[in-house]
Amino acid sequence: MTIAEDPATTNPGYKWVGTRPIRPDGFEKVTGRAKFGADLYLPGMLHGAVLRSPHAHAKILSIDTSEAEAMAGVKSVITGDDFPPAMGKEKDMASNTIARDKVLYEGHVVAAVAATSRAQARAALDAIKVTYEVLPHVLTVDQAMAAGAPVLHDGMLTKGSEPAATEPSNVASRVIYQGGDLDKGFAEADVVVEHEFTTKPVHQGYIEPHAAVADTTPDGRSTVWCSSQGHFAMRTYSAQVLGWDSGRIRVIPAEIGGGFGGKTVIYLEPLAIKLSQKAGRPVKIVMSRDEVFRATGPTSGSRMTAKIGATKDGKITAADVHLWFEAGAYAGSPVGAAAMCCLAPYKVENFTIEGFDVVVNKPRVAAYRAPGAPISGFAVESVMDEIAKSIGMDPIEFRLANVVEEGDTATYGPKFPRIGYKETLEAIKNHPNYQEPLGPNQGRGIAVGFWFNAGMNSSATVNVNEDGTVNVLTGSPDIGGSRASMALMAAEELGVDVARISPNVADTATVGFNDVTGGSRTTLATGGAVVNACRMIIEDLRGRAAKQWDVAADQVEWVDGQAQMVDGSQPPLSLADIAKGWARTGGPIAASASLNARGVGAGFSTQMCDLEVDPETGVVTIVRYTTAQDAGRAIHPSYVEGQFQGGVAQGIGWALNEEYVHNADGVMENAGFLDYRMPVASDLPMIDTVIVEVPNPGHPYGVRGVGEVGIVPPLAAVANAVDSATGKRICHLPLSPIRILDALLEG
Amino acid sequence: MTFNPGGLPVKYFSPSTIEEAVELLSSGPNRRVFAGATDVVPQMRSGRPAPDGLIDLKGIERLISVTDTGSMWVIGAAAPTVRLTSNPAFVASFPGLAEASGLIGSDQVQSRSSLGGNLCNSSPAADSVPALFANRARAVIASGAGTRTIAVQDVPTGPGRTSLAPGEFIIEFEIDRPTTNSGDAYFRLTPRTEMDIAVVGAGARVDLDGAGTISSATLALGAVAPTVVRVPDAEAALLGAALTNGAPSDDVLAAVAAAASAACNPIDDKRGTIKYRRHVAGVLARRSILAAIARASAA
Ligand SMILES: Cc1cc2nc3c(=O)[nH]c(=O)nc-3n(C[C@H](O)[C@H](O)[C@H](O)COP(=O)(O)OP(=O)(O)OC[C@H]3O[C@@H](n4cnc5c(N)ncnc54)[C@H](O)[C@@H]3O)c2cc1C
Repeated sequence: MTIAEDPATTNPGYKWVGTRPIRPDGFEKVTGRAKFGADLYLPGMLHGAVLRSPHAHAKILSIDTSEAEAMAGVKSVITGDDFPPAMGKEKDMASNTIARDKVLYEGHVVAAVAATSRAQARAALDAIKVTYEVLPHVLTVDQAMAAGAPVLHDGMLTKGSEPAATEPSNVASRVIYQGGDLDKGFAEADVVVEHEFTTKPVHQGYIEPHAAVADTTPDGRSTVWCSSQGHFAMRTYSAQVLGWDSGRIRVIPAEIGGGFGGKTVIYLEPLAIKLSQKAGRPVKIVMSRDEVFRATGPTSGSRMTAKIGATKDGKITAADVHLWFEAGAYAGSPVGAAAMCCLAPYKVENFTIEGFDVVVNKPRVAAYRAPGAPISGFAVESVMDEIAKSIGMDPIEFRLANVVEEGDTATYGPKFPRIGYKETLEAIKNHPNYQEPLGPNQGRGIAVGFWFNAGMNSSATVNVNEDGTVNVLTGSPDIGGSRASMALMAAEELGVDVARISPNVADTATVGFNDVTGGSRTTLATGGAVVNACRMIIEDLRGRAAKQWDVAADQVEWVDGQAQMVDGSQPPLSLADIAKGWARTGGPIAASASLNARGVGAGFSTQMCDLEVDPETGVVTIVRYTTAQDAGRAIHPSYVEGQFQGGVAQGIGWALNEEYVHNADGVMENAGFLDYRMPVASDLPMIDTVIVEVPNPGHPYGVRGVGEVGIVPPLAAVANAVDSATGKRICHLPLSPIRILDALLEG
Repeated sequence: MTFNPGGLPVKYFSPSTIEEAVELLSSGPNRRVFAGATDVVPQMRSGRPAPDGLIDLKGIERLISVTDTGSMWVIGAAAPTVRLTSNPAFVASFPGLAEASGLIGSDQVQSRSSLGGNLCNSSPAADSVPALFANRARAVIASGAGTRTIAVQDVPTGPGRTSLAPGEFIIEFEIDRPTTNSGDAYFRLTPRTEMDIAVVGAGARVDLDGAGTISSATLALGAVAPTVVRVPDAEAALLGAALTNGAPSDDVLAAVAAAASAACNPIDDKRGTIKYRRHVAGVLARRSILAAIARASAA
């Protein structure tokens, strides 16, 4: 829980930034008062239920809803025919929301019903008759790419293939990043390590299932309450699927019970809007956990190869990486980001990274925390570990020997500005845990990770109240403590006590546009908008004080929450003083700022996993886990540590036990938390965190995104530690007891 | 009163005597008893047909008491398992059965889950059942015709099936207090530490005679066959075995592990492969026997 000080850059006496006040939404959340997606009840509200495909791949021959519509209590039934034809850029989103002529995965929406009770709505689903023509399906990239495989989308030609594709296939696109000369690089190598890897789809596993309530007027205006990572995005996407103008939809954000990327996309909102419009009453739809697993998320399963060469003294000479990612039913796996991230922490001249986006009959993948990077990182960091081992070099020294720093060109193109990667390596090397001796059957694994972080669009409004308290409005759902960070930055700017700042998440009709809370961008971008709005307020306040003192505005400065004459000739005026007299100085005090965030600071993390393997059962116990990550500046260090720990916890689950299990018919067999094994609290030790602070020059306080990169290293850190404990390099996730015991029994 | 987990009305009864419960159970076409309902409610929620009436056994004092008569422990079939794990005298008598009961779900689940429910739900993976088998527990059964007592081992007959006749339910379990130095133990393998279901479970009980040799041993395995199974070949290998440094010879232990692996009749499923279950059954059999011996030696 230490903050590594970088003497050159450590700040100079912030009063609020870097402190740990209790989060403004804390009491509501721990006392159960916070209203999540499923908590809203409106007068006359109906309950919706969704009919889903039992088949992995089938043609819909007919849907007969007449019996369901005639049932008592059933107020509306919808199918794909109730929506405009899916077209253009939004075609995939629209047909994923509700299928038209074909279902592409088990769980694909076919119809929906609104009725006076949940039980009645479910009973009506049973009365809908769908005739399918079942088609052969593909579940893995290899099945999807095999000769003669059924093609999911007629006419899908691989983008970016060389030569240009002429025959439709399940490969949606190919990306490639190249530099130098691979043959020359491998010729210079003293050791070359190559492996093939596979990973399974895994779910974000947010605790709150998707939920939406819509109240649509007969003339086609709708108010929607839902839990999402971005209510503006829910509005935009719903409008696109419905063929409406965005302005007809107002989305009011509920609290969100986790998202991790999986709540940046729409599922229920357009269905609820349509059901409500047809019924003339509000409609609520809440998914079950089963539906969440079968029809939302997950991230890609994959097959990968990684071949890397290095000299005896630890210089990487060449890297050749190939990635095939499952996209689920529609193009759009994160293979591009995976390709861009996997070699980013290394200075390597000769490289090829090639990635393929492959559609399969599984739910459409959604973003999951640093999308794609943990997967490709698993392959590359496993091979790096083996190279370090084979040349007898400490794994951290090996990374230091190839480290990227300010001014280096990343494998994906740009030059790095000031980054704190090297500092994270040194933080682990110098951590007392690195010296802890290992017991019998214990092993230690090191891995590193990179993630770009995002900027995008944000808006904020700052309203000063009549008593000098302050309301901060943003449109960024608070998914990881962002209200607290907004309040701390506003307090720092305005010079007032953070307890006098009330941060709010406002709806689409009451604040300017904000992109989703995702890409680790909110503290940077929305925080930047808050800072800018506060600075506008300060300008205004200086002007008002100058007016009152009858001096030029440049004679007034804002210090410690007060307007002061530069020459000290007047008693200072506090924010409360100026607010009290606002009627005489120009009326209420408010400012709004909007921006497209530039100056995004990349995130790096170095992690160390110590674990023990039961040699007779293959069960892994995590003994210690240490993570060092560059936060740029920790606005609220507790929530920064929480993000570090959360990423590691999810990564450990992914490494050890989580996976989608499908049977031969393409039906998911483990759509619940009993058999989809995310870690429980007792599975993990306290995760030791080191916040490295190398400020991002692109943000007023030096913020970098912190939410995502923490999940990049754990997959390989765990696999490397298993190798260290057992001498077995396992290249297939999850590292379940069965898989580990199989490897041990192989001898 | 109606109870309504899946949206369908189910009649709820709360008798306060065994006679009343027997009467209620036979006065409707499809009635079921329950204790903690930690199996019943999730099953109804996941779409299994609901009974038309549910009879709550927890209102009957005898079914929720836990008593030491001096010669045996009597455990009400509906007593929440927290009453076992939080009873120091019980834990001292049967630490293995207490540990097995303490593995069911979580603290929240254990404030409701019962041994009667764990046994009669008849999952081969039920955690307390191998420990009940190992301790040669008896079940006292109520029916219209009076009560009868059978070995717990004779209750489960297959996944979800028991030998109880319609109209019967379990009142309580009896476990004799050991007369010599004795110890029991239960180990299970789950990928997670909690909130998981056994891939393999092993319950053992060992009694030592005055000379410190094994005068009786029982071993039962969970999750490796359609019901929990005893492993007679392992028990025979242990009988009369002498201990050196607190353990039988490596040969005897190898025979125990081999017998346990051989007693498995497992399935390949999403939770485990046949190969894995067989191997780990041998490992846990050995570990549970060694732990039971250690406890018996310390007794
Ligand atoms: C989250 C969760 C985690 C769980 N984890 C575990 C675990 O780790 N290990 C494990 O073994 N189980 C686990 N279970 C299953 C369950 O908790 C246990 O099987 C528990 O012991 C059942 O007891 P109960 O009293 O709740 O049973 P109930 O649900 O009340 O009854 C179960 C069945 O037994 C019958 N029955 C109950 N009492 C009697 C009686 N006296 N006579 C005749 N029939 C009777 C009922 O009719 C029903 O068919 C878990 C359940 C949940 C919900």
